Amino acid sequence: MSKIYDVIILGAGPAGLAAGLYAGRSRLSTLIIEKGQDGGQIAITDEIENYPGQMVEGETGPSLIARMTAQAEKFGVERVTDTINEAALEGDTKKLISAKAEYAAKTVILATGAFPRPIGCKGEAEYMGKGVSYCATCDANFFEDFEVFVVGGGDSAVEEAMYLSKFARKVTIIHRRDELRAAKSIREKAFANPKIEFFWDSVVEELHGDEILSGMTVKNVKTGETRLVEADEEDGMFGVFGFIGTVPNSKLFEGVIDMENGYIKTDDDMKTNIPGVFAAGDIRVKSLRQVVTAAADGAIAAMQAEKYIEE
Amino acid sequence: MLEVTKTDFEAEVLQADGYVLVDFFGDGCVPCEALMPHIHGFAEKYGDKLKFASLNTTKARRLAIGQKVLGLPVIAVYKDGEKVEELVKDDATAENVETMIQKYI
Repeated sequence: MSKIYDVIILGAGPAGLAAGLYAGRSRLSTLIIEKGQDGGQIAITDEIENYPGQMVEGETGPSLIARMTAQAEKFGVERVTDTINEAALEGDTKKLISAKAEYAAKTVILATGAFPRPIGCKGEAEYMGKGVSYCATCDANFFEDFEVFVVGGGDSAVEEAMYLSKFARKVTIIHRRDELRAAKSIREKAFANPKIEFFWDSVVEELHGDEILSGMTVKNVKTGETRLVEADEEDGMFGVFGFIGTVPNSKLFEGVIDMENGYIKTDDDMKTNIPGVFAAGDIRVKSLRQVVTAAADGAIAAMQAEKYIEE
Repeated sequence: MLEVTKTDFEAEVLQADGYVLVDFFGDGCVPCEALMPHIHGFAEKYGDKLKFASLNTTKARRLAIGQKVLGLPVIAVYKDGEKVEELVKDDATAENVETMIQKYI
C-alpha cells in the first residue's frame, strides 16, 4: 500500500469541496475521491439564488462548483475519480477500496450526498432516458416545442419547471397535494408563467410507450379517479421530469455507521459513532439540505479531522 | 475520436460496416462532460479495434430522438448500422462502458 493521507474525503459536492479547502489550508495531506462529476446534485441544477454572495450574472450550479473545485485544488488537495466498493473505517488507519486501488487515511470525511428519489411509478426504469429524467439541464433540449411534465411541488420541482418552460411548449406540474411547498417567491413566478399548468392532488401511476415515452396514467389521490395522458399525435412523445427529493447515498456504510432512515447521525462537530470518521452535507441527519449548510458541515468536519489527528 | 454531425452520422455510423461506438453528449450536460475524458481514453486504448464517434445532440436534436436518445449521457454500440447495446444515464459509468467495449472487440 502506498501513501497514508491525513484526510480522505468521499464525494466532491459542496460539502466535500469545502472540507477539502479547509483541510488543504491546514496543510493536511488530503485526497478527494469522486465517482462521477464534481458537485453532485448541484452540478445538474440550473439556478442557485440562495448561496450567500452568489450574485454572479449567469451563475449556474456547474459554474459555482467549478470555482469551489479550483479553490480546493489551489490549496494542494489531490483528486481521483474512482468508485469505492468497500470501506474499512475502524481502527487508526481507515481503508477505502475500489476495483482498481486501495486508499488509506488517518481520517475520513463521508460527503457522498444523495441522489434523486425515483418517481416510484410503473415503467420508470424502462423509460429512463427515453422520456424520464431527473436532470433538466441534461435533457431539456430534447423537449424543445414538446410537452413536459414535472413531478413534485418543492423548490427544486418548481424552479426546474421554470427552466424547462424555456424549452417546452407546455409544462405541467403534477403534485400530490393541492398547494405547492415551494417558497413563496418561487411559487409566484410559476403562477405568473403562462406556459406552466398544474395537476393538483395527483400522482403518476404508470408510464406507457413504444421504446420512447408517449403516455401515462395519472391518479387523483382525493377522488381515486385515473386518467390517461397521451402525447399529442404529431409529437408522439413527451417528457416526465422527477424532482421529489433525494435518497441518501449511504449503503456502503450500513451496519457500521449509525444512521436514521439511511442518513448518517453525527454530533455538532460532524463526528459519527466511529472515531476519526466524520460526515458532512446531505448525507447527514439534518433539517436543511442546501449548498450553504453542506459547505458549513464540510468546514467543521475538516477542522475536527485536524484536531483528531493532533490528538 | 471522430466527431460526427447530423450531416455525416448516416455515413459514419448507420452505413458503417462492423461495430461503431457512439458517445451522445450535449451542451450543458455536466455528467456528459465528466464521462467524456474516459471515452477519449478508451478511444486511444481500443481505437485500433473499434471505431469511436461522438455526436453533440444539442446540434442534432431530431437525429438523436430518431435514435431513441432522449436523455444524456448515452454510450451506444452499433453493428452494421443497427444499435445493439446502449448505456443510458447512471448506467453510463466508465467501468460499464469499458466492460461493454470488451464484449465487441
